[in-house]
Amino acid sequence: MNIEPSKFNAGSHAPAQGAQAAATTSRGAISIRNVTKIYDPEGVNVMAVDNCSMEIAAGEVCMIVGPSGCGKTTLLNAIAGFHSITSGEILLDGELLCGPGKPLAQQGADRMVVFQHGALFPWKTLAENVAYGPMVQGKLSKSDAIEKAHQMLAEAGLPGCGHKYPSEVSSGMARRAEIVRALINNPKVLLLDEPYRAMDALTKSIMHEALLEIYDRTGVTIFFITHDLEEAIFLGDKVHVVTTRPCKLKTTIEVTIPRPRTYATLTSEDFRLLLSEVNDAVHEEAVKAFQAGEREMA
Amino acid sequence: MTDAAFPHGAVDGTTTMPSATERAWYYFKKSLSSPTPYLAVFGIGLWLFFWWLFCEGLQLPRFVKIPGPVAVFTEWFSRTPKQGVSIWTPDYYYHIYVSCRRILYAFTLATVIGVPLGIMMGWSKKFCDYAFPLLEVIRPIPILAWVPLAILMFAGYESPVIFLATLASLFVTMINTMLGVQSIDSNYFRAAGCLGSSKLDILRHVVVPGALPYVFTGLQISIGVAWFSLVAAEMVSGDYGLGYLILNSYVNSVTVPMVIGMMTLGLVGWLNSIIVRAIGNRLMQWNVRALNQQGR
Repeated sequence: MNIEPSKFNAGSHAPAQGAQAAATTSRGAISIRNVTKIYDPEGVNVMAVDNCSMEIAAGEVCMIVGPSGCGKTTLLNAIAGFHSITSGEILLDGELLCGPGKPLAQQGADRMVVFQHGALFPWKTLAENVAYGPMVQGKLSKSDAIEKAHQMLAEAGLPGCGHKYPSEVSSGMARRAEIVRALINNPKVLLLDEPYRAMDALTKSIMHEALLEIYDRTGVTIFFITHDLEEAIFLGDKVHVVTTRPCKLKTTIEVTIPRPRTYATLTSEDFRLLLSEVNDAVHEEAVKAFQAGEREMA
Repeated sequence: MTDAAFPHGAVDGTTTMPSATERAWYYFKKSLSSPTPYLAVFGIGLWLFFWWLFCEGLQLPRFVKIPGPVAVFTEWFSRTPKQGVSIWTPDYYYHIYVSCRRILYAFTLATVIGVPLGIMMGWSKKFCDYAFPLLEVIRPIPILAWVPLAILMFAGYESPVIFLATLASLFVTMINTMLGVQSIDSNYFRAAGCLGSSKLDILRHVVVPGALPYVFTGLQISIGVAWFSLVAAEMVSGDYGLGYLILNSYVNSVTVPMVIGMMTLGLVGWLNSIIVRAIGNRLMQWNVRALNQQGR
């Protein structure tokens, strides 16, 4: 492999570039150990996640793929601290987020979530949205935070959009601003829950490139839930295929395609082979889920 | 490099957005070229025409005792009103002033009490569990049913009337604020939590702005309800005010001031709604701009 040193290569030796870019690569390793989550809506126990374990290395792009309603989001919610877990434990850089005696992780700016339908505050401009985190955490004064927000938005390809409200920009721009809102907090982990689900293919491809660019720059650990298998392979270092409900790890597929990846990658032989491998694993689960008539779970 | 090197410099983010006033003026001018204002004038004209037709034109049997528009407007603008009330008599303004003052007190009280209570009910499940059942039992009691109690509880003319108007609009404001808070997408709370917000930050930056559209819908209804109950209260207990004017004219068999009072109520109420809406739009530029984006 002949890769320019300035470009990021996460194919064989994972976050090498991240280590050079910033001392962030020792941050953001997630260990999910024997996590089980049981809901009881209407008094009937529903097992969403069953004894699920996975290890995500610091600075890794980890893609979670599985059928609708299988409990992927439950995992994300547990890491983010939105939902409790029933048993097992989740660690971030060796520190217990949630586990025995502490079913609910504390929410914090080290794990930033980008939501499926977007959650920029519609009553704040893009710059105010981005500035919000550092401002309420008391890290920056309001004016400094706003200034930094404008600057980061411009870097992310949104120059001059800072004074606009989320309703005034396209969904792609809003999603990008939301990622900037997460990144300004210098998080250890980005948690993305199907962030590009509702987007057309063209917008999606632009968003993918933007995300890869951000990843190259920051080396942040990415936990990315998706249904889109091409997206999973194109972006990921590892693709974790999970089973239909209850969710547990079915198989992990290492994506050996070197970075930087471009849209030519999508048509390469390696890509096609990986795609069919992932497809086989997911299809089986999708059929099971369909037969079970699973309702999509939020 | 000089600015001339950037002929499209405005695109680089230095574009200034129009101010709220400029926007309002733009939409006002735009509306003049749409049928909306002309249809409104036509609608009012049509109503006036039928009023005149039934009362003064055809003089239909059931409309004989009712003053028509010509009689009402002649009296309303007359320097020497035959039945005592016109825009030239100080009494007329005193009635308006008294009613408006009562509304101001009642509406302010209801908002100052109702919005925080509604926010607490929407935000804290525990508080809602305490307060909501009580509210739901008291709320359906018609304001008129409170009149005797109000007269017993409060001395004089002024306080019972204000109490009744406050009570009526308080419920509307509370319920709407509560629904407003409950309607906020839970992801906004989650996002705020992720971003490191304290409870107070969430209140300031998520709960209050997120509920504001509902709050202002509630305030527009509540000021209407305040007028409704105020007039009812003034008819039962009062010495001045538009409600008193209407009932007093009826009792004294002078029908024209009665209708003048009604129409004044309509106009003043309309003006109130405009003021509340304008304050709302001022506070919620994001909402106005979102609606404009949808072409509404």
